Order: sequence, then structure tokens, then C-alpha cells
Amino acid sequence: MEYFLELSSSGLVRGSIYALIALGYTMVYGIIQLINFAHGEIYMIGAFVALIVSGVLTIYGFSGVSILILAALIAAIYAAAYGYTLEKIAYRPLRNAPRLSPLISAIGMSLFLQNYVLLAQTPDFLRFPALIPDFEFMEPIAHIMGSAELVILVTSAISMVGLTVLIKYTRIGKAMRATQQDMVMARLVGVNVDNVISVTFIIGSVLAAIGGVLVGSYIGQINFYIGFMAGVKAFTAAVLGGIGNVPGAVLGALVLGLTEAYAAGYISSAYEDVFAFGVLVLILILRPSGLLGKAVKQKV
Amino acid sequence: MLELRNVDTYYGNIQALKGISIDVNEGEIVTLIGANGAGKSTTLMTVCGVTPPRSGEVYFMGTPIHQMPTEKIVALGLVQVPEGRRIFPTMSVLENLEMGTFLRRDKNDIQKDIDYVFDLFPILAQRRSQMGGTLSGGEQQMLAISRALMARPRLLLLDEPSLGLAPLIIKQIFEIIKKINQEQKTTVFLVEQNANQALKLADRGYVMENGHITLTDTAENLLDNEQVKSAYLGL
Ligand SMILES: Nc1ncnc2c1ncn2[C@@H]1O[C@H](COP(=O)(O)OP(=O)(O)OP(=O)(O)O)[C@@H](O)[C@H]1O
Ligand SMILES: [Mg+2]
Repeated sequence: MEYFLELSSSGLVRGSIYALIALGYTMVYGIIQLINFAHGEIYMIGAFVALIVSGVLTIYGFSGVSILILAALIAAIYAAAYGYTLEKIAYRPLRNAPRLSPLISAIGMSLFLQNYVLLAQTPDFLRFPALIPDFEFMEPIAHIMGSAELVILVTSAISMVGLTVLIKYTRIGKAMRATQQDMVMARLVGVNVDNVISVTFIIGSVLAAIGGVLVGSYIGQINFYIGFMAGVKAFTAAVLGGIGNVPGAVLGALVLGLTEAYAAGYISSAYEDVFAFGVLVLILILRPSGLLGKAVKQKV
Repeated sequence: MLELRNVDTYYGNIQALKGISIDVNEGEIVTLIGANGAGKSTTLMTVCGVTPPRSGEVYFMGTPIHQMPTEKIVALGLVQVPEGRRIFPTMSVLENLEMGTFLRRDKNDIQKDIDYVFDLFPILAQRRSQMGGTLSGGEQQMLAISRALMARPRLLLLDEPSLGLAPLIIKQIFEIIKKINQEQKTTVFLVEQNANQALKLADRGYVMENGHITLTDTAENLLDNEQVKSAYLGL
């Protein structure tokens, strides 16, 4: 039983990281039907910025939690700038092009950003400081869930609730929903669709950067390539939940994270990806539009 | 109030509007009739900046709007009820109405306007929490018109509001268009295939064929015009 709880906790942690990244994929897809392949790289860049900032702050004598918060903040700002720019230069000029063009542009941006970090930094893994302190109150259950895991879960949960409230109640959130449901009509009620798309990229990038900082601090090392696998997994989660659907992305991510954790724990960690993608295939056979996705209405 | 001067609009290489000129004066109801594919919807989308003209000019209350982004045009009071209604499907009736007020600053009067449209279309009041996508065609049309009214338009552009509706509902909707024009002093530009009813409602009309304006006159004269009678009134 304890082993099961331990696996569940690590599955939820993975899942919530996937969710933070998957939200960016799904929100962008929901609005412009583009799979932003470079999204994983934003997450990676977030982690790198946080690493650099925490190095500098350590020199200036800052301590654990304050470094974590400042590093996350600056990483989020950087990632937002990257996400905004990415959309502006790589996708916006192709808004009316055939659908394959922005997709190829996305793959190109992904390769570009990876190689840019590779050249500007290093191909090696860099040690990431453990910025999350050990809480005393977690001591009794430390073998099931550690302090770092708790922080990841809580931070993700807060981010997701924040996003839900934003989408449901704020002016920009309503504009996002309107744009997602009917872009022309959104324009006809006065929504500036270009701004909505920019904001969508910014929000997705901020969430991904938060994920990058948390993972860096949790795993303890990062390199230029971490965005690729995390991106693939998060994208899988988004598809699993029904691409374009925000709660679906979170659900898909949690299902994926738990599947991987149980597969790794009860069978072998060598099989975790097999099970992860196996679940994807299975669910897509049973529910082609994903767990919470709506069946695509074909206009006849 | 609205002037189109030699407007050409293209979809890629296909020219949909071929040098059209149209005037709508303040307080009027003007109708644009024409067969399928004539370019009526394109005319409205061009006015709203969704498919901007390649050449020619569009003025609204003297302001050139042919290069303005749609949201700026809407902010001037030019509000369209598009073809096919385009209700936001997973927003409730109330949320759809609220989207109509997106650019309004006077948030205080919004409740009054909601009461006004619920008074025009009592069925919407009963359905206020229902998702837009699950409304019937007639209800969606009522909601689309109401959503446009929530923006307090100076000029209301309507694209085939009678399409696919039962005769009784069409009659009701046309009466309400008249009422809006008279009570709210809203100018109306009405695109219709239902030429007979549109011309009975309107002050003036334009006939469009193949991207050209081929005829314009008072609605009364158009109803008597032999060409219009045979082509659009089925007489
Ligand atoms: N998005 C588009 N891409 C290419 N061509 C288009 C597009 N939209 C309209 N057209 C073409 O432009 C012409 C005018 O179309 P439009 O929709 O304005 O006609 P309409 O008068 O509104 O017709 P209907 O009464 O059937 O609604 C048509 O030949 C149509 O095929
Ligand atoms: Mg049309």
C-alpha cells in the first residue's frame, strides 16, 4: 500500500509537470489549430534562465526559497518574451497559409531553439541547484511525498486554478473563448484576435517556464534537449485529454503521469514509455477525440 | 452614413466585388438583394474589414474605414449579424449577449439593454442559461440580432436573417427590424434573398449580380420593376 502511494505521488508530480506544458499546446491548438512544436523548447529555456538567475543570486548571497521565487519569475518573463516573439515571427506571417506551413515553421523553430541553447550553453548536463527546501512538517510522510513534490503539486494546482478563473471570468478569457469558438465572429464583436493569440502564447509559455524551473530543481540537472521529450509527453497528454480542451489537458497529463509511474514501479522503468504511448493508442481507439474532446463536427 | 466607392474585393485571384458603390443614409432601411454567390455577404464582410477591399474606399460617418482593423470599425458603431448567425456555441445565451458588449465602456446600462432584448424576444429570457449551440435556428437568429443590439449599433448590418426560418418567425423578425429602426433610430442595411419581404420593409434597395450592382432604386419602384419581378420575386 505504501509503495502504491509512493508511486501515485510520483505519478501525480510527473502528471502535473506534463499538465503545465500540455496547457500551452492545447490552448494554442484550440485557438489557431497549430501544434506548436517549439513549445517544449520554451520550457527548456525557462529552466536555463532559472539556472543562470539562481547562479547569480547565489553569488549575491540570496537563499533557497527567495532564489526559487525570483528565478521562476524571471524565467517566466523570459519565456513569455520568447513565446510572444515566436508567434510573431514564425506563425503570424503564415496565418493564412496552408496548414502544413506553420507546422513546418514550428518544427524549424524547435530545432533552432535547441541548437541555439546548445551553442550558447553546452551540450552537457548542467547541475541545477535544489532550490526547494525540505519542510519539517513533511518529515513523517517524506518516504511517500517529499517537500519538492509537494511544492510542484501545489504550484501546478494554483496555476491551473488561476488559468481556469482567467478563462472563465476575465475579459481576456472571454475573448479567448470567443476566438476559439469562432474567430470571425469574435472579430465582429470587437475582439482584437491578434492580441488574443499573443496572450495565449504568453500564458502557455509562462506555465511551461514554471514547469521548467520546478523540474530543474526537482531532477537536479538540465540540458538543451530536455524540452524535446517533455514536449512529446505533454503533447501526448494534450491529445489524450482531447486537444484544444483545457481541463482535458490536465486530465490527460495526470493519466499519463500515473500510468508511467505505475508501469515503472510495478514492471520496469524501461517500459514506462511503452505504457504511456500504449494508453494513448488505446484511448484514441476507444475515444478518437480524446477523453474530454468533442467529436469533430463535419459540416456537410 | 455609409459610403462604398468603387470597391473591389478578392478571394485570392477570384474577384468577388467588382467596383461596387453603395450609399446608406442615416435612419434608412436599405436592402441588398441578389442570387446565391452574387457577393452580398462579401459586401458586408468588406465593410467590416474582415475581407478588406483591394481597391476602392469605404467611409462611415465620413471616416475612411477600408484599411481599419475590424475591432476599430465595430467600435465606430458598425455591427454585423452575419450569415449563419455564428452564435458562440459553448457560451450561454447571457454570455453571448455579453460578448456583444465587448467594446462598451458604459457597463451600467448593460442590464437595461439585456431587459430590452428580452422584451423584444421573450423566448431568450427563458433560455438565458442555455448553451447557444443548442438553441433552435429561430432562437439563434433572435440571439444573433440581440447580441448585435447589445453593442448599441449606429448601423446594423443583417445578412439573410430570414434564412431557414418558418414564415411566422420571419414575419416576427422583420417586424422587429422595423421596430429597431423606428424606436432606436438604428440605420439598417439588410442583405436578403427573400426579396419580396425585404423590399416591403426597406426604403431603398440595391440589386447585385455577379459582383456588380446592376440596379438601385426606391424599394417601391423595385417591387414594380419587371426585371426584379421576374428574377427575384418569382412573378
Ligand atoms: N472564403 C472564400 N474563398 C473563396 N471564394 C469565396 C469565399 N467566400 C466567398 N467566395 C466567393 O465569392 C463569391 C461571392 O460570395 P458571397 O458569399 O459574397 O455570396 P452571397 O451573395 O452572399 O451568396 P449567398 O446568397 O449564397 O449567401 C462567390 O462566388 C463565392 O464562391
Ligand atoms: Mg451570403
